[in-house]
Amino acid sequence: MTTDAQATALVDVDRVNKHFGQLHVLQDINLKVSKGEVVVVIGPSGSGKSTLCRAINRLETIDGGTIKIDGKLLPAEGRDLARLRADVGMVFQSFNLFAHKTILENVTLGPIKVKGMKKDEAEKQAMMLLERVGVASQAGKLPAQLSGGQQQRVAIARALAMKPKVMLFDEPTSALDPEMINEVLDVMVQLAKEGMTMIVVTHEMGFARKAADRVVFMADGQIVEDAQPEEFFTNPKSDRAKDFLSKILTH
Amino acid sequence: MNTLLNNLDLFTTGFQNTLILFFFSAIFALILGTIVAAMRVSPVPAMRAAGTFYVNTVRNTPLTLVLFFFALGYPKLGLPEISFMTAAIVGLSLYTATYVAEAIRSGINTVPVGQAEAARAIGLPFSQSLRLIVLPQAFRAVIPPMFSVFIALLKNTTVAAGFSVAEAGAIRANLSERGEPAMAGLLWVALVFVVLVFLLSLLQRYFENKWKVAR
Ligand SMILES: Nc1ncnc2c1ncn2[C@@H]1O[C@H](COP(=O)(O)OP(=O)(O)OP(=O)(O)O)[C@@H](O)[C@H]1O
Ligand SMILES: [Mg+2]
Repeated sequence: MTTDAQATALVDVDRVNKHFGQLHVLQDINLKVSKGEVVVVIGPSGSGKSTLCRAINRLETIDGGTIKIDGKLLPAEGRDLARLRADVGMVFQSFNLFAHKTILENVTLGPIKVKGMKKDEAEKQAMMLLERVGVASQAGKLPAQLSGGQQQRVAIARALAMKPKVMLFDEPTSALDPEMINEVLDVMVQLAKEGMTMIVVTHEMGFARKAADRVVFMADGQIVEDAQPEEFFTNPKSDRAKDFLSKILTH
Repeated sequence: MNTLLNNLDLFTTGFQNTLILFFFSAIFALILGTIVAAMRVSPVPAMRAAGTFYVNTVRNTPLTLVLFFFALGYPKLGLPEISFMTAAIVGLSLYTATYVAEAIRSGINTVPVGQAEAARAIGLPFSQSLRLIVLPQAFRAVIPPMFSVFIALLKNTTVAAGFSVAEAGAIRANLSERGEPAMAGLLWVALVFVVLVFLLSLLQRYFENKWKVAR
């Protein structure tokens, strides 16, 4: 199964290294995610989780190694990169909805400008997606008029509108008030059930248990463990992971 | 008052030329300045370097030297001949564009980086994320410094007088030739400038209110 999965890896991160000045943030990172797989990335603050996500859709450059999406090497800056980025949906911790555009425009902008979709077609698709994430009634509002949970669900719809091959989530619920976390996680669980390939940085163990196929534990720029969720949470192998889990479990 | 009425011809051509200089220089400076600002935030290092070089050299050159070059240096280069007026517009545009570029760049810096990252993440190339996402949000922050730049430009048009363009600043010299009291002429010129600057400020307030709602 593993060799088969590696042959068809949708996301293939191979010996990737990245420095911020002296700091070696990503150290020989290898990560393969096959189609339909949901991988949760977990680890202490500063371990490089965000940097890894950002490297995968090239918001951050890398110093060494290769990253392939569906077999294609990420190109350098330019139009080719922009096109390939559309294959990778990204959901940010701080939502980052376009502040001067309505909810509907946030979701139609990419399909119209990047994919050349007709406006009415893009709007129809957007309304379907907004319906799916439960914010269709807010379509005419500006992002600032929505709650955090609603904004994040719109951000998911915006990413889905590009029909990405893989979705990256960087702590999608950690900027939310507790009562809004579940409405976002529910959308993500649903997405996972529908077969979306996902890489999710999160400390929500409920989500990891419910939806993840694998948990990857990162510490100090390295992948320390890569295991099934149940196995990782009940029986972590490394001291780093044990230490980390004991900390987040007591909170 | 007599100084004004008896020499209305001088005043009208003078301010007409001032407004022509101002209008064309403002438009060209706005276009060029926007391009230079885009270069300065571009992902391509060579573009950034070129933009920075342009801003730093031209902005640190006194305006008189820039105009001096176009009025006196340029004709010696054997390039197509241009009128003093055109030369003054080119000089003023190139000079003012550096200030426009810096005003826009400071406006761009007020837009959270997450906006541009989200734009890139959905596959918009740099030019479109700038044009569709970042610049519209930067405009509001840009308006006050931009109007300062335009007010400075309006006043800078008088420098062109020294280079044979008969704009408002030249009125006083022409008045002296006609034997009019220099002081009165000067005061009238100053008064009209105050009125023009006031009109610009009104326009600024209009734009600030307009963009406030759009936000
Ligand atoms: N643009 C940057 N310039 C310099 N250092 C950076 C930059 N971005 C991140 N870092 C550093 O790189 C390290 C890894 O950062 P990263 O954001 O990837 O960690 P993380 O695992 O996502 O942490 P958190 O859980 O706090 O989000 C940190 O030490 C951080 O300070
Ligand atoms: Mg992070």
